[in-house]
Amino acid sequence: MQKPNEPLPGAPRADHLLIAEMVEPGSRVLDIGCGDGALLRLLAETKAVDGRGIELSRERVNACVTRGLSVIQGDADRDLADYPDQAFDYAILSLTIQATRYPKAVLEHLIRIGRHAIVSFPNFGHWRIRALLLLTGRMPITDNLPEPWYMSPDAHLCTIKDFDDLVSLVDAEVEEAVAFNSSGRRLAIKNSLSAQNLLGEKAVFLLTGKRRS
Amino acid sequence: MSTVPVTDLEQLSAARLSEVHRPSSPVVHFPESEPLKLDCDQLLAPFSVAYQTYGTLNSRKSNAILICHALTGDQHVANVHPVTGKPGWWETLVGPGKPVDTERFFVLCTNILGGCMGSTGPASLNPGTGKPYGLDFPVITIGDMVDAQVRLLDRLGIDQLFSVMGGSMGGMQVLEWAARHKERVFTAVPIATAPWHSAQNIALHEVGRQAVMADPDWRGGNYYAHGVVPKNGLAVARMAAHITYLSEKTLEAKFGRNLQDRDARSFSFDADFKIESYLRHQGSTFVDRFDANSYLYITRAMDYFDLEAEHGGKLANAFRGTKTEFCVVSFTSDWLYPTRDSRDIVKALNAVAANVSFVEIESDKGHDSFLLEEPEFFATVRGFLNAGAAKRGLKPGREGP
Repeated sequence: MQKPNEPLPGAPRADHLLIAEMVEPGSRVLDIGCGDGALLRLLAETKAVDGRGIELSRERVNACVTRGLSVIQGDADRDLADYPDQAFDYAILSLTIQATRYPKAVLEHLIRIGRHAIVSFPNFGHWRIRALLLLTGRMPITDNLPEPWYMSPDAHLCTIKDFDDLVSLVDAEVEEAVAFNSSGRRLAIKNSLSAQNLLGEKAVFLLTGKRRS
Repeated sequence: MSTVPVTDLEQLSAARLSEVHRPSSPVVHFPESEPLKLDCDQLLAPFSVAYQTYGTLNSRKSNAILICHALTGDQHVANVHPVTGKPGWWETLVGPGKPVDTERFFVLCTNILGGCMGSTGPASLNPGTGKPYGLDFPVITIGDMVDAQVRLLDRLGIDQLFSVMGGSMGGMQVLEWAARHKERVFTAVPIATAPWHSAQNIALHEVGRQAVMADPDWRGGNYYAHGVVPKNGLAVARMAAHITYLSEKTLEAKFGRNLQDRDARSFSFDADFKIESYLRHQGSTFVDRFDANSYLYITRAMDYFDLEAEHGGKLANAFRGTKTEFCVVSFTSDWLYPTRDSRDIVKALNAVAANVSFVEIESDKGHDSFLLEEPEFFATVRGFLNAGAAKRGLKPGREGP
């Protein structure tokens, strides 16, 4: 689904640009939930990556393949188990982990399949969301999380701190964590997780599996 | 569809036999000294491979696409068929400016080993006896078909194919190519196919074979000597098989319970219903262009196909180390080679981190969808081949890379 606050095709999405900064040129990339292939194309154009994608929607998969991208119809919850260990330099999950059924299992697969994992997600700890929940007593609806709870595909929303806890739990290491606001401006508060958690609308984490690094 | 007059039928039969022994296609003959080692451990020699080509091979010989045909197909992909006079079976997909663009690609298709359109098969003359092989022809496999194609490519000096593509049994050949000759396949497009033949597939084929062999005119496979053809048996086999190529939805939409050329039931076993008439036509026209023993041998080869068993019980082993880029295609209403079969292929390719695209095309036309002009399917093939061509450094097509 096209997120309402997604920029029009042509202008790269803010989190995509941040992800692209983290990716080494010429690497092998698996983009899980690749949508219309915008990130894969950005990475191919700016970083000359060997990119593959997985996407749930058949229409989007077919559109990607028609554009020459290597994409399969598949499901992050079901199909990641098929991939061998360390098959990619980066396994990327952009704004998708909160919509998976088993985020922990998915994250474990990411750090197993990729030498690095890159995960971006909307931050449920942002001050506006906290305030809305506190003041209205209802699930917050924001530009970032525009759908009511009964329509949203986001089954597992989390805060930046929550995600950081999960990273420890799956025995991964944070190489870089960037919080940013919806216009894509990164916040200059890199060192304080609490500040990021309060002020960042979204976050991108670059991870490495501990056991293999 | 009209019924063909009897005299024309005789001419068609003569044309069919002529294509067995003196095909209108170019043929490469491999002499006694260059036998083909078959999977059954027998040597086949001499043998011939008939083929058609479209487009021009470039100087680097890097733009060749091998199309593999299905059970009842042949090498006449994009030209008028020499026996039936009908357009080529993939003429909508292959041609100048089409998704498989013959202005930039050199397309070739061989009549498979065991076929009856000029490549060596059971209707060919056994050099040992001077008579048609009949059941003395060795039982062949999909791998043998591929090995015969390899021999032709060696003759043509083509080291690496830009692409191998095919649907149904053609897709099995594609998979076998990708497994046996990894370094010779740059891209592979297996369509509406499976990594092994299921019990249901084998069962359906067995019905067809038994129909042929139950026909008294089959004469133990030696009908050639008696100047007869097991027409009824082969027609029944074709009728049964044809149902499996369609979907229930298509049957409903196209025929329903409509009657054929009559207003009421005849209270007889005439072809009262449109669907009966259609199937009878499919059966009777098929026997005029296809050899009954070829049908037995080729269906057997498909039944024996099991890429997983060939690779130690692990399908992924078939593709280990592959650099080929794959585009796997299935169709939603195909119940003969359903999407889950294609998914098994994709799973195995993922397990070795191969470069794979996989699309399931929405279509209600059943297995036959791969032969029809389905826009999404065509766009997929065009997009995939164009992307591959750019990576292979081939010149752009009419519509750019």
